[in-house]
Amino acid sequence: MKSFRGKTLSWALSSGTIELVLDRAPCNEIGSETLPELEQFVTALPELQEDAPALIISSARKQGFCAGADLRELYERSQGLDVSDKRASVRNFIERIHRVMNALDSAPLTTIAAVHGVVFGGGFELALTCDLIIADKMARFCFPELRLGLIPGFGGIPRLKRDLGNAVVRDLLLTGRSINAAKAQSVGLVSQVTAEGDALRVARATAAQLGKFDRHTALEAKKFIKPVPFDELREEIDIFCELIARPAVESGLRKFVESKDALPYLP
Amino acid sequence: MPDIDTTTNQILDLASTHFKVPREQLSPDDDFFKKLGIDSLQALSLLTRIEGHFHIELPDYELQGVTDFRTLAERIQSRL
Repeated sequence: MKSFRGKTLSWALSSGTIELVLDRAPCNEIGSETLPELEQFVTALPELQEDAPALIISSARKQGFCAGADLRELYERSQGLDVSDKRASVRNFIERIHRVMNALDSAPLTTIAAVHGVVFGGGFELALTCDLIIADKMARFCFPELRLGLIPGFGGIPRLKRDLGNAVVRDLLLTGRSINAAKAQSVGLVSQVTAEGDALRVARATAAQLGKFDRHTALEAKKFIKPVPFDELREEIDIFCELIARPAVESGLRKFVESKDALPYLP
Repeated sequence: MPDIDTTTNQILDLASTHFKVPREQLSPDDDFFKKLGIDSLQALSLLTRIEGHFHIELPDYELQGVTDFRTLAERIQSRL
């Protein structure tokens, strides 16, 4: 399928680049609607990539790239379940999202996240699967999970460890603070910072440049410099599923759900 | 280093421009959430604007409980 428009995202192949656009209100929260469409995308990817050396992931939502997992749905779905059922339900979701993230991470083409605004939690983790992150100057990155009694569950810690120094990883994870695009670039997370509203244009220009290179060589280089940390990803799933049924998480999620604020866990 | 009044005025200018609110309607002791009608997400975008303007890093947890421009200016002063 060369193009697709679903409830939460769309994709199209144009000028040798695949563009995957997230578009679910309010800010592309990833839940039971988005996950199957992401799975459809990675299923379609082998055919799509035959004609494209690059993939750009971006967002059509004004608020940002992606605010992460759909925590309201996570909370509501877990109500009434006992601890083992809750863990089993979450594990099923997490295993599926990890398969998507791993497929994107290891996809045999160059992947670019063109981000703006909120790049939080699972949205940050989605961006981390990409080879390059190109950020609008107003983008903001954050792993707020510890504020909810959790750790990132979509592969964030192993991928952050792969890409950044451990002191930066600890700072982001243990403080849960958000950082701006300039800071993200200074620590090596972001490859280019653009003017407001310009990330997608710059990503397209970068994709066009990639298209000039020998594809086989680019793929060999990618395999060499971007190994997928499978063992640590597996470990992260186990820790996340262990933590999810703790009372502190229940309490944190309830507080989140009951708040009417856009980002109840901030500041 | 600019004094606190200068910093406060610069924040008011930034907020006015960012949220398209007439500058004369904003005062140092205003609750910016109420006055600007913004939520935490929009406040975060103002923080990004402030960090860029003053060339500082201001961890969002330092803004816990801060709701008025003057106190926000004090937090910024501590980073200049």
